[in-house]
Amino acid sequence: MSARISIQAEDFDTGAEVVALTSGRKDVGACVTFTGLCRDEGETLAALELEHYPGMAEEEIARVVAQAQTRWPLLGVRVIHRYGKIAPGGNIVLVVTTSSHRRAAFESAEFLMDYLKTRAPFWKKEHRVDGLARDWVSAKDDDDRALERWEK
Amino acid sequence: MKAVYFAWVRERIGRTEEEISPPDSVTTVGDLIGWLTGRGEEYAYAFEKPAVIRAAIDKAHVKHDAPIAGAREIAFFPPMTGG
Repeated sequence: MSARISIQAEDFDTGAEVVALTSGRKDVGACVTFTGLCRDEGETLAALELEHYPGMAEEEIARVVAQAQTRWPLLGVRVIHRYGKIAPGGNIVLVVTTSSHRRAAFESAEFLMDYLKTRAPFWKKEHRVDGLARDWVSAKDDDDRALERWEK
Repeated sequence: MKAVYFAWVRERIGRTEEEISPPDSVTTVGDLIGWLTGRGEEYAYAFEKPAVIRAAIDKAHVKHDAPIAGAREIAFFPPMTGG
């Protein structure tokens, strides 16, 4: 099982990451990708600025990936989380999972995202087009509740 | 030990990191938050709602009752909003 984690400012190529996990293999029966994008509501957002805790971000995501490996028979995991300023429409996070069967790939990708959102040390700050209010995004209770389904 | 701050905790305190030497009576993360709060109004502002503050010791999440003995780096930050 291969697991690669990158914390980077640069953009990523989802297609290339899928190819990296699947090409030349005959054992992969399912590949799921999740891409999180910078969303603008009402054309008020100029950019999101993502701050992270270098070192801990990699370590914490590795701990979450290790948990996923104990729960599902995964063949490959790729996680990329960007930091810095990201404009609306830009990529923020990528999760790719591969397995022999779809259920493990689907469920583990969702598990990884639910845990990334609440445990990976990243913080979003909104830069607005009016240049005035710049606010840190608040954590959502929904994100904490999303974890409950995995803790049963 | 080194204290590091992120997001609005960092902005309110006005620094990213510093060396701190708390007294022996400060034994847990919660104690440390209380001790830091007494260091000035910028700290009091950052830690005005201690229950929302998250902490990590040597880059791993910990709860407020975690002991700080032996810690090299203690981080304080708001709930995470990545992903």
